[in-house]
Amino acid sequence: MSEVRTHGHGMAEIPPAYGLLAEFENPNALVKAARAARAEGYRKLDAYAPFPIEELTDALHLHHNKLPLLVLLGGLTGGLLGYLLQYYVTVFQYPINVAGRPLHSWPQYFVITFECTILLAGLTTVLGLLGLCGLPMPYHPVFNIERFASASRDRFFLCIESKDPLFDRQKTARFLEGLDAKEVSEVAP
Amino acid sequence: MADEQNVGIEEPEPHQIIAPGYTFSSITDQIASVVQTKRTPIFWFLGFGGGLALLGIFAIAATLLFALGPGIWGIRTPVMWGFAITNFVWWIGIGHAGTLISAILLLLNQRWRNSINRFAEAMTLFAVACAGMFPILHLGRPWLAFWLFPYPNTMGIEPNFRSPLVWDVFAVSTYATISAVFWFVGLIPDLATLRDRAGNKIARVIYGLLAMGWRNSARHWSVYETASLLLAGLATPLVLSVHTVVSFDFTIAILPGWHSTFFPPYFVAGAIYSGFAMVLVLAIPLRSVYGLEGLITDKHLDNCGKVMLGTGLIVAYAYVMEAFTGWYSGNIYDAAAQWHRMTGPYASSFWSLVACNIVLPQMLWFKKVRNSPFMLFIASIIVLVGMWLERFVIIVSSLAQDFVPSSWGLFHATRWDWGIFVGTIGLFLTLFFLFIRGLPMISIFEVRTLLPHAKVAKEVAE
Repeated sequence: MSEVRTHGHGMAEIPPAYGLLAEFENPNALVKAARAARAEGYRKLDAYAPFPIEELTDALHLHHNKLPLLVLLGGLTGGLLGYLLQYYVTVFQYPINVAGRPLHSWPQYFVITFECTILLAGLTTVLGLLGLCGLPMPYHPVFNIERFASASRDRFFLCIESKDPLFDRQKTARFLEGLDAKEVSEVAP
Repeated sequence: MADEQNVGIEEPEPHQIIAPGYTFSSITDQIASVVQTKRTPIFWFLGFGGGLALLGIFAIAATLLFALGPGIWGIRTPVMWGFAITNFVWWIGIGHAGTLISAILLLLNQRWRNSINRFAEAMTLFAVACAGMFPILHLGRPWLAFWLFPYPNTMGIEPNFRSPLVWDVFAVSTYATISAVFWFVGLIPDLATLRDRAGNKIARVIYGLLAMGWRNSARHWSVYETASLLLAGLATPLVLSVHTVVSFDFTIAILPGWHSTFFPPYFVAGAIYSGFAMVLVLAIPLRSVYGLEGLITDKHLDNCGKVMLGTGLIVAYAYVMEAFTGWYSGNIYDAAAQWHRMTGPYASSFWSLVACNIVLPQMLWFKKVRNSPFMLFIASIIVLVGMWLERFVIIVSSLAQDFVPSSWGLFHATRWDWGIFVGTIGLFLTLFFLFIRGLPMISIFEVRTLLPHAKVAKEVAE
């Protein structure tokens, strides 16, 4: 009976949270917690640390991203465009016959082809980084927690998001508290 | 100014790259407080004011140049390159050390670079800005600089892609772009730190906009680490290619004294040599004024001194080989070019450069010298002067006396040659001092990783 009521009214009254944010004091505790949360079956989770932590990336299985592939494609496009630009200009648009030397003088194209490869690969890296991270992002719920400002200073956070199928306000909060979290807070959406 | 934050921080041992006693928060506070403070040290006003005064000279000299043309410089046939190209090569060479530190040392996993890469990269950016102006000012009609790029135009003409001067346009503009984005990507996490730390609203909004919503998420960090490595991997061949292409400006001409195959490595070594000298010239006063000796330790200065010594020896070897090949080639023009350099009208410049680049820097062999910031500072200034003279001698002495004595002619710098040169030093200083006032000059998040408690314990990691 009471279950049903919570379902009918409770959910409508309490706005659904973005997730639960647990604060840790050092990287060891965070990595341990991230590992435990993965082992428990949570998948929609994210960790926050003031510097990159290799072990955390392992713990959250984040090692694969598409950036290298994008950069390869960007570089190839840049190189191809650089070469074609020179080919088109020197062979078709503005051909100059210098002592009968071939118009398609490919060894001379090397430098600009190379520079264009690097240029486009580099720009793809930056745009790809922003794109894969979803930046610029003017709003994100985790910033609603005041203490979260120290994630860019000296604190470590683990957030289990409410869209995780295993997420349950009480149970997940209890689980996080059991992981040596200094504080567990609910993140408003 | 940062005294109150230095509680618990001990003197670093000579081999340490970070003083013991730092915590994540004290690192953050010490670096960020240089920017986020109401008190600006008098040193900053002196440096910025000095830079601005020199920039004023640049404004006058450039205005006059635009109004009257390059005739106000001492460039006359046959020496048409003079100071402008000397300064171009010198500045761009200085920039190379920043990329070396940020990219090559990252790939080589040299962790000491973490504390010096940020301002070294800023140095790169500003040095390239100074360098990039010279070829444009030297054009004669600088307002037509866009003709250097291929674009559809009503004149129906296009740049000559077989010319190293056009390669240079692509190399330098790519280098400037990639250096700028590399530097900015490195700044993003620190901008987020400044945003979260900012006391006043305007600063929070500005840093917040620049940080673009960075939230130190592990998902972001993993992509970020990939991006840093990729950018480093791209910047490494790029930086080597840039000075190689700059040296092609000379070697592909048939002028004796220029036409030589070992210019690329010789130029790259010289670039890193002068660049590390500039890093030291900037780091030594900065760390003492801002009390950053715990982050930029004597070990950093020692390492920079060693890199200078190493690249200086490569440069010395190149000088010897240059003279040797000139003689051994059996080509009378090549031999004469070397001989003119040593005994001709530019002999005093040549022997000064030998003294500045080869003889005096040998003091860097001594640990005592490398451990004394003052001596290192002096050595760096000497190297900077020497490297400028080297470019001057290569360019001017080769042009002044080429094949036929009837076409020889000397170069005499005018006050406007000096004005523009000194003016770009002003531009460099102005930009640099604005940078240290507005942005963290040391990478905060990378220095955090140097702390022992940033390491995850073995038993946790498995």
